[in-house]
Amino acid sequence: MNIFASLSRKPWIWSFVAAFVVWIATILFTGGTSAIGLSQAALTFAAFSILVGIGQMFVITLGPGNIDLCVPATMTLAGTIALKFMQVDNSLILPGLVVAVAIGAVVGMGNFALIKLLQIPPIIATLSMSFIVQSTAIWTNRGLRIKPPQALAKFTTETTIGIPHVALVALVLSVFAFILLQKTVYGRWIAAIGQSNRAARMAGIPVDGTRFVTYILCAVLAAFCGYLLASFSGGAALNMGSEYLLMSIAVVVIGGTAVAGGNSNVAGIWGASLFMFLVVSMLNTYGAGAGIRLIMTGLIIIAVIVAAGGRNPNQR
Amino acid sequence: MKRALPSDSIRLLIPALSLTILLIAVFYLQPRAMSYVGLNLLFNLAVPIALATIAQMLIMTVNDLDLSMGTFVSFVACVAATFLQATPVIGVLILVAAIATYAALGVLIHVRTLPSIVVTLGMSFVWGGLAVLILPAPGGHAPEWARAVMISRPPLVPMAIIACVVIAMVAHFVIMRSSIGVILRGVGGNARSVERAGWSILGARAATYALAAFFAILAGISLVGLTTSADANIALRYTLLSIAGVILGGGEFTGGRVSPIGAVIGALTLTLAGSFLSFLRISPDWQIGAQGAILIVVLGLRLLLNRLENREKRS
Amino acid sequence: MTAIPLRKAVIEVADAKVSFGAVKALDGVTMRILPGECVGLVGHNGAGKSTIVNVINGGLSPHQGTIACGGEPMPRYGIAAARANGVRCVFQELSLCPNLTVIENTRVMHRTLAGWGWRQRAARIIGDKLDEIFPGHGIDPTGVVGDLSIAERQMVEIATAFSQVAQPVKLVILDEPTSSLDATLATQLLGYVRSFVETGGSVIFISHILGEILSTSDRIVVMKDGKVVTDRPAGEFDEHSLVAAMGSVVKGRDQEKRVKETAGLTPRLSQSSRRGKGLPFQAFPGEIIGLAGLGGHGQTDTLVNLYLGRTGSWFRRPEAQVAFIAGDRALNGVFPLWSILKNLTIADLPGLSRSGIVSEPAEADVGQAWKERIEIRTQNVGNPILSLSGGNQQKVLFARALATPAPAVLMDDPMRGVDIGTKQEVYAILRAEADKGRTFVWYSTEMDEVRLCDRVYVFNNGIIVAELKGDDVTEKNILAASFMGAAA
Repeated sequence: MNIFASLSRKPWIWSFVAAFVVWIATILFTGGTSAIGLSQAALTFAAFSILVGIGQMFVITLGPGNIDLCVPATMTLAGTIALKFMQVDNSLILPGLVVAVAIGAVVGMGNFALIKLLQIPPIIATLSMSFIVQSTAIWTNRGLRIKPPQALAKFTTETTIGIPHVALVALVLSVFAFILLQKTVYGRWIAAIGQSNRAARMAGIPVDGTRFVTYILCAVLAAFCGYLLASFSGGAALNMGSEYLLMSIAVVVIGGTAVAGGNSNVAGIWGASLFMFLVVSMLNTYGAGAGIRLIMTGLIIIAVIVAAGGRNPNQR
Repeated sequence: MKRALPSDSIRLLIPALSLTILLIAVFYLQPRAMSYVGLNLLFNLAVPIALATIAQMLIMTVNDLDLSMGTFVSFVACVAATFLQATPVIGVLILVAAIATYAALGVLIHVRTLPSIVVTLGMSFVWGGLAVLILPAPGGHAPEWARAVMISRPPLVPMAIIACVVIAMVAHFVIMRSSIGVILRGVGGNARSVERAGWSILGARAATYALAAFFAILAGISLVGLTTSADANIALRYTLLSIAGVILGGGEFTGGRVSPIGAVIGALTLTLAGSFLSFLRISPDWQIGAQGAILIVVLGLRLLLNRLENREKRS
Repeated sequence: MTAIPLRKAVIEVADAKVSFGAVKALDGVTMRILPGECVGLVGHNGAGKSTIVNVINGGLSPHQGTIACGGEPMPRYGIAAARANGVRCVFQELSLCPNLTVIENTRVMHRTLAGWGWRQRAARIIGDKLDEIFPGHGIDPTGVVGDLSIAERQMVEIATAFSQVAQPVKLVILDEPTSSLDATLATQLLGYVRSFVETGGSVIFISHILGEILSTSDRIVVMKDGKVVTDRPAGEFDEHSLVAAMGSVVKGRDQEKRVKETAGLTPRLSQSSRRGKGLPFQAFPGEIIGLAGLGGHGQTDTLVNLYLGRTGSWFRRPEAQVAFIAGDRALNGVFPLWSILKNLTIADLPGLSRSGIVSEPAEADVGQAWKERIEIRTQNVGNPILSLSGGNQQKVLFARALATPAPAVLMDDPMRGVDIGTKQEVYAILRAEADKGRTFVWYSTEMDEVRLCDRVYVFNNGIIVAELKGDDVTEKNILAASFMGAAA
């Protein structure tokens, strides 16, 4: 009983419970035939939301006003350029990954440079940056659809003992993010900044340096996700990132991370990402249209934020 | 006098200057644009963007942000192209309900002290879903009157210009000149002292949201008037464009410092930036990028000006 | 306003009690304000002046006691009731909307200014009032308040409070109205206050400049520790007797002071005098230095500047030079989502970690050690910080700073709202740490604490006006420097 009691106090448990309920409901509807297929699809598509969600979570943890709207553009640019660089050549897979990560790092630096130098709120800084990054992606892409190297395409679409590779990658990175948040000095620092920027500065935390690293981390994760997603879907598309703008924020919120900052939750992002995908497929199997799916998604987000409450009380 | 210009005028200076320079550049590159038809073509699409920018500006007046502006305008466009055209009464009822929803959002955000960004993010899914329900595939027809207004050809000055001037004037009157607008801006500037003077902040926020919804509805209807038909994704870019427009026009995210005239100028500048680049024969690939670059340059200029002003004040 | 029967109090607060946690902000205050009088209200920090003002203007309901207006008891007294009864307040912190113009701010304050032509009416009302109070003021009513100087904003605020739109103005509370006005403007204001009072209005006048209080008030009320200690006509006071009235009734035990010979030593912290005025600041190893004076006269700014100048915002300096203990716990001290332990160790995490990973055993050891040393009253340092009482939260903040290797600790009035028992414990720790060679710079609004310091700098209007050493650190000297200094 104690286990249940302590589990129910963890905010992330609810997103898993919800995901599980939806999973069962979908499978029951199809008479159990789709269990494996549905689970694999859910893990695969959730993996991409998880990757961008983790990055966004780090930024949101920094406190009110911190958000990265540049995520979709970064994904597109990294996917486009990495595929172009690899030229369908298997030997260039790793260098291609390095290129994607480097693009992320540059975008992240640009984001924070704008925030700091122009003293503008992150939302408008990352927005301006995303316009430029998106254009760069359009310019490099030129409407061509370059295929990923065969080995990479194979890796991203296949499974090991039934688990999609991309989900495994997401798992490794989630564990890494968890350690970073829970065990390291850096993790403590971003949580402190998110609770009170002023108190963090007065406790001797290098606030600017920490925020700088965080924005780079978010962009790098987005770039890496773009690299995987482009390889998975057989080529980069210019709109491939667009649905991840709202999705990256939504999974963070539903996953139990405090929107007011200071408290983040890696596990919740898994639950939320699976849930978001499963809700869509459940409504699909029940024959509901895209409209109902979107409305449900929106209402869920609002319900979660209303239930979770707003800013932490010491701010404003 | 110590200052030649009050800070409100300085706030308008840079947006006006950027628009003028851009306009001169466009005329230089493409002299044919300097005609009735040319101007109308240049600024046609600016009308709905300007209205959406005003709506966003209202939300920003009370220190909030609306991430659902684009989907809401799309939703309104879908309603306008279907219900408002076929059964006007139901159409109007839907739009009134939409305004009420916005007011309720304002109340919810205030009472529960929720971050407006997340609530409107959720609403963006809801509006998008409703739009898809109403119009699953692109189609519908613009109401005759909306179409008639948008393509009318008044003498001497093109419709687009007149519309933008009227929008700016009306918004300026409501927000900057009327006694109610003062209270709304006061909430953004110093909510505590407004409350101490005996005003209801809750009411002010609800009113602001409702007013914003009204302007966004006008944006949706005028957009349909231009495009004749609608689809659920017709105005998704408006969320980002409207925020950028407000900022370009000298508005700020916090502190109730906004400028309706500036916001309209900001919307015009963003619209013009695209045409400018196509006249430059730069590939359309860079259109969005140019909007970003213009945003950064203008913000940089503003920072510079603020610094100079502060230095002057201190000395 | 002449319709009010003569000598019936404009407002009468009887036996008002207000407490914030353990602190009694008002401990049974009775105050009657009659029409046509100016009441001077004086007292040192925390005497309860702001609290009684908040009760009178309706912003705060007393936990006990009654309020009556014009002889009528007002059971449901609030902001609206206060305004309807003609009570206006000029707050110490500026309360105009900086993004609005002067005219628009007038509109915010006066509900009835609406409809066509409200701008002209507002401009006339505020313009006339400004001309009346501050002739030749040079303020453009159409200008944005954010562009005005602090003095100009203060003038606008005063004029707004005195201007009459719908209800007659009966009582105006002026809380440090001259703090940002120069001598000419202050004289104009005080002249206007007298003429307002002579036409039957009432004024509650709070100021730290005793000359003003003595020359302008009819009656002076002295508060101390949430009580009214003296209430007599102004003519019976002079500056010295007023300072004496504010001082302690009970003589505190002065403990032994050590005056260190500092000549020739290098100071651990130093800051040159501000804008060439006042005395420079210096702190030597092993000293406890007090920053005194009235609240908000530059003490916190000095501490913050000392701190920010010695810590990095991009990189953490390898060797900590200073640590900071916040006074406003909620604003810049406590991390509310965290446990006691995490709050305690945050300032020196790199010291508890290897290659970036925090060592949990080392952290737990530090937590346990400090829990015992300063007696944080909790079963488990893993409990949330907000589960502690205010005093114990403050102890955690002390431990946070003391657990760092920093040789200097800056304290920004950290004992606000802490019970006496905790205070005594902390004082002992401070003394012990100072004996080991640490430097403490301590801003305190409480006289008893300032008297514990080895050396005291007294602040007035942002500069250091006096330095007191050893046995010179007395309440009398500090009060004299913080009140008299302004007159000079």
